[in-house]
Amino acid sequence: MSGLLRIIVQRLLLGLVTLFVVSIIIFVAVNALPGDFAREILGQGATEESVAAIQKQLGLDRDPLTRYLDWLSGAIRFDFGIPLSQAMFAGNFGSTAIVDVKTVVQQIEPRLYNTLFLAGLSAAIAIPLAVTLGVLTALYRNSAFDKIMNVSTLSAISSPEFFLAYILILFLAVLNPIFPSLSNINPDLSWGELVERSMLPALTLTLAVTAQMMRMTRAAIINLLASPYIEMARLKGLSPMRVIIKHALPNALAPIITVIALNLAFLITGVVVVETVFVYPGIGQLFVDSVKIRDIPVVQACCLLFAAVYILLNLTADILSIVSNPRLRHPK
Amino acid sequence: MSDQLLKIRGLKIEGRSDETWNPIINGVDLDLNKGEVIGLIGESGAGKSTIGLASMGFTRDGVRISEGSVVFDGVDLVTASAADKRALLGSRIAYVAQSAAASFNPAHKLIDQHTEGPTQHNVSSRSESQSDGIELYRRLRLPNPEEIGFRYPHQVSGGQLQRAMTAMAMACRPDLIIFDEPTTALDVTTQIEVLASIRDIVEQFDTAAIYITHDLAVVAQMADKIKVLLKGDEVEEADTRTMLSAPTQEYTKSLWAVRSFERPAKPAVISGSTPVVSVKNVTAAYGTVDVLHDVSFDIHEGRTVAVVGESGSGKSTTARCITGLLPPRIGHVEFDGQQLPLDYRKRDKMQLRQAQMIYQMADTALNPRKTIGETIGRPVEFYLGLKGREKRKKVGALLEEIELEPTQYYDRLPSELSGGQKQRIGIARALAAEPKFIICDEVTSALDQLVAEGILKLLAKLQDQLGLSYMFITHDLATVKAISDEVVVMKDGVVVEQGEKADMFQPPHHPYTDLLLSSVPEMDPDWLDNLLEARGVDNIGDAAVDKM
Repeated sequence: MSGLLRIIVQRLLLGLVTLFVVSIIIFVAVNALPGDFAREILGQGATEESVAAIQKQLGLDRDPLTRYLDWLSGAIRFDFGIPLSQAMFAGNFGSTAIVDVKTVVQQIEPRLYNTLFLAGLSAAIAIPLAVTLGVLTALYRNSAFDKIMNVSTLSAISSPEFFLAYILILFLAVLNPIFPSLSNINPDLSWGELVERSMLPALTLTLAVTAQMMRMTRAAIINLLASPYIEMARLKGLSPMRVIIKHALPNALAPIITVIALNLAFLITGVVVVETVFVYPGIGQLFVDSVKIRDIPVVQACCLLFAAVYILLNLTADILSIVSNPRLRHPK
Repeated sequence: MSDQLLKIRGLKIEGRSDETWNPIINGVDLDLNKGEVIGLIGESGAGKSTIGLASMGFTRDGVRISEGSVVFDGVDLVTASAADKRALLGSRIAYVAQSAAASFNPAHKLIDQHTEGPTQHNVSSRSESQSDGIELYRRLRLPNPEEIGFRYPHQVSGGQLQRAMTAMAMACRPDLIIFDEPTTALDVTTQIEVLASIRDIVEQFDTAAIYITHDLAVVAQMADKIKVLLKGDEVEEADTRTMLSAPTQEYTKSLWAVRSFERPAKPAVISGSTPVVSVKNVTAAYGTVDVLHDVSFDIHEGRTVAVVGESGSGKSTTARCITGLLPPRIGHVEFDGQQLPLDYRKRDKMQLRQAQMIYQMADTALNPRKTIGETIGRPVEFYLGLKGREKRKKVGALLEEIELEPTQYYDRLPSELSGGQKQRIGIARALAAEPKFIICDEVTSALDQLVAEGILKLLAKLQDQLGLSYMFITHDLATVKAISDEVVVMKDGVVVEQGEKADMFQPPHHPYTDLLLSSVPEMDPDWLDNLLEARGVDNIGDAAVDKM
């Protein structure tokens, strides 16, 4: 087990290095965005003086390296500063408004919680569904059932998400009013209400991610069916279902886990379209809004968060894949 | 007639390739009584395994039974429903595969795989079959029978796995077991142990068996009667003693005769002459673990040195040290009296050219996308600098040397060749560099005996013509006898004995050499009995090796 622990620590350190490199890329990319916050907020009539004044007030006139180091040292302490939008209001309305200023972290936190809730709900539906369908399509491979499942999940993944969302709204909110079409959620709602209101976006996301996980499960299992130990299991007179679940699936876990991790990362970082359609207050919307007004601290913090999610989920997938291999779990 | 267990009539099996169905088995009959053991023998492609599986009513993907019947105890398995067949498989008919390492599921403990059959077939409860499993492990003389089942397959050695698989086949006390080459992947000393265990337990439970193998000497120990197969047809069938002493068919006689090839002894080495290759006190390690310890031997011009030993003895590692793929930790290698750089990357073209290799698996050693002309042409261009027409001419000459018609084979891909032809291409590629010395790493062990004999004869002819020196790595003592001039016996990375072949095959031997020699099955049906009597059941196989 100490070997496994060493691998985990190694990967974690490597993840930190990756995150550092990503932080540089994020900073350079965000600063390369055309336009800046001052011009965006002042509009067409901005004079050079007023732009310069605001830039000076926000510290945007300093050289990039100083700003990067400043940002990085804050990020290490989970202090991403104050959103530019908040700072502006503070400046305009005097000291009384400062009480209401929210830091970047405070702004992101509830949104992140909402996004994680939606991702968790979608994953709770999609992963069992995809793995079950993958096992069934592998069991009845090349049958009509297999072909129908493949075609329908592929159609779902090929359709734009907003289209899937509107179809679901049409059938599950308008024609049969089962779920609300707007996911208007807030912290005061009960757990049940949260689930109900988030159901339509969760179903949309389920449709978007099931195909990949299902097809990987199917392919990983079928890949093993020619191996001698599967033949042995069949020659022991075991039922086809038992052969697949007991003998093929445990050996097919590594690729399945990897695909699940990638899809989980997508569920957390890539859901802005679905959030917009259902007016779901998630992190994707905050991110897009911030890009629009060049609210750089928020954009950078979101990017770094997304990168961390990817790295952490892939790391988890790697470790789970290793753990799923009996040769590594039980060394000689 | 009530004794009849299995009756196969007019069995025809077809295999799918390129959208058409081609015959694999052309109408074979087989009868087996309760408690009887039949040996199926033949070369690869004879259809032994296909018949073995078909006698369970099973065919692999892309293979189908087109005609005939397989009647097991009154049930025709060809027409029986899948559910009916499943009820029989594992419970009344069981299977022991060639590679136990690949046929045990790596994700589950041995005992869990053992108890799966009995519990799924409702033969016994889990705890009953578990204690029965431990009892079977004991009877099969597995070490630590109480505990070994709770390990995962990768934690157990090959010979032990093969016995655990036999135990698993026995779990439901079947009437019939199909043994599909169960000892082919094992070392000779391990093989004996598995053979003795299998034979004992089959006798104890009066189980009928189909024993599939290409090794005549093995089948002679195991079977009551033998059926010889060739390309999907039965050649002949007779009881074991008759078949061994008086085969009627030409093909059977030719199989029996293979083991007689032996090249004449060469004159002794002139003392004081410089050896072509000299391995000097080589100690080498993988990581921090030493796997070779102070290995030294010489190979003289025009001579063949066989390096013999079981898996893990360090034969191939020695080859890696000579070629510079694994630089030795201590010691060095000399070529024509000159010390070679330890690492192949530091050797010049001339030094690289002088030592070539031929590999065990010709299949994987040839690039499947390159034609034969390209494969052999590459070293011709690289080492000899020939291009265009000259290169083509040289490749043609090499193909003639390995007895393949140049115009026919130049543009073929490896997939269009047989196993023996592929190995010949491997030889031609080694010859293309015009080396003085070739390492042959188990070059015949993946081939059928007749084909292997052809390769050995070719290598001998080339040696006479070109004055080549060979280092011949093998675990097969029959091959050693056939081709070598000198023998180096290795065990656990140490040379335990070396000398002229004639001396090696004459007593007195080093005890390990003796064990190796006496473990090679002979074509005498009483060989195993005599050996067990002479050595005692507890003094064979791993146990005997460990005592050294």
